[in-house]
Amino acid sequence: MAKKQYAFYPGCSSQKGASAANFLTSLQVMTQKLDIQLNEIPDWNCCGASIGYGEGGELPRLVINARNLAIAEKELPGQDMVSGCPACWLATRETHERLAEHSSLLAETNEALREAGLNLNNTVRARHMTEVLIEDIGWEGMKAPVIKPLEGLKIAGYVGCQTNRPFGIAGESFENPKYLDKMIETVGADAVKYDQKVTCCGGALAFSEPEKSQKQIRDIVESAYDSGADMIVTPCQLCQANVEIYQSEINKKQGTKFSMPVVYYTQLMSIAYGGSAAEAGLNGQLIKADKLEKIAGK
Amino acid sequence: MSDLNTQAVARYKNNFLKEVEERVEDGHWVKMCMQCGVCAGSCPLGPAWQHSPQKIFMMIRAGKREEVLSSDSMWMCTSCYNCIVRCPRKLPITHIMHGLANYAHRLDMAPKGQPTREIARLFWNNLVKTGRVNELKFSLAMYFKDGVVQGVKNAMAMQGIGLGLMKAKRLNPMEIVGGHTCKGKADIQKIVAKAREIEDRRRGLA
Repeated sequence: MAKKQYAFYPGCSSQKGASAANFLTSLQVMTQKLDIQLNEIPDWNCCGASIGYGEGGELPRLVINARNLAIAEKELPGQDMVSGCPACWLATRETHERLAEHSSLLAETNEALREAGLNLNNTVRARHMTEVLIEDIGWEGMKAPVIKPLEGLKIAGYVGCQTNRPFGIAGESFENPKYLDKMIETVGADAVKYDQKVTCCGGALAFSEPEKSQKQIRDIVESAYDSGADMIVTPCQLCQANVEIYQSEINKKQGTKFSMPVVYYTQLMSIAYGGSAAEAGLNGQLIKADKLEKIAGK
Repeated sequence: MSDLNTQAVARYKNNFLKEVEERVEDGHWVKMCMQCGVCAGSCPLGPAWQHSPQKIFMMIRAGKREEVLSSDSMWMCTSCYNCIVRCPRKLPITHIMHGLANYAHRLDMAPKGQPTREIARLFWNNLVKTGRVNELKFSLAMYFKDGVVQGVKNAMAMQGIGLGLMKAKRLNPMEIVGGHTCKGKADIQKIVAKAREIEDRRRGLA
């Protein structure tokens, strides 16, 4: 079967030495086993993330995303754009949709892009990696390469915000999306009943409003313990970072004893598909996912 | 008062709703709010703000210009999009709040030293400089935004986490001298400047 090809937008946090570098490591193993070929968009730039609005305004934010879309359109024609990062995906898809809806905004965008010798016809669809898995690979396809089912692992599926809202995955509800639980079950683990699955981790406000964000993070971690989970799994880079990194701060300030591993779905799949702990980026955890490492070592 | 603010007051007199409709991203939606309060009950930072989106929208219609633009509420948005998906009248509430934040910031009416306002500025400037966000420089800039003494304190408090991230290869100390960058960074600066020029012209801010 021919490989499925996509224009790949990694995003800043997935770069080497950045906070989600281990996501990219595990993504490589997962896509290889699923016959997906990711073609990196040449010289892609930052999407502006969820905090770009403050200084950036609307049109500057749209044009930086339009630059990525224009490069993909020209250099990787006919390919859907796929991002592993919900913020990158949200910003790009929002740009695509707004420019499709308002021809005057598209004209303004192209006036700005001309400064860089670029032009956008706005033909590229912006998708999230989980969408590609569910819609293009399918549940049977995701299950087929499993050689080490994650038997006995209890996992809290933490979807978070931006993979889920405002766009989400087609056919899923905003309040109780089921696909992440289904992915957990597909690789042989148990998805626990988890009541904080779409709670906000504080996002970028983890930096500017640490106490308010850490209250959110405490709820997210506590609920995972309450539901008997061995670890949390998430599709979001910022959720992963916030929920893992700040557990030690919360312990320090509030006397809790949190030590709940937080991994990506791509890491679960890499291990289930036979990848090593290093190939799954598990050496990138601040809180070691021991039970997952044990399965990898079998 | 900033010049832009003085000009806006002179131009719109007491019609703040019109000002918001013409100058704020998705501001034309404000009048569609029916004051149900679902947004107020859906926000994760609900207990932290001065005014809920619902209140902000009514205050705009009531012409409470200064109170709206100097409110901290827009800066409490985590971009979780709960309000957007739950609004029964489908107002793009998150976008309106972002738009109001940006407008208040441009007029320099937003609260001075508001921490999210500060990191938003640092983040954007960081990304426009090289085309990609440099997480190390961004973190350090945030720690040191209130001066050197506070910066050292902040950095020391986060030292354990920083070292943990370095060990896990998720923070590269060498980013301080270079780091990831786009070849087209000069192009990016040009298109951003042009976009701002076009938008300012359209909104009467030029």
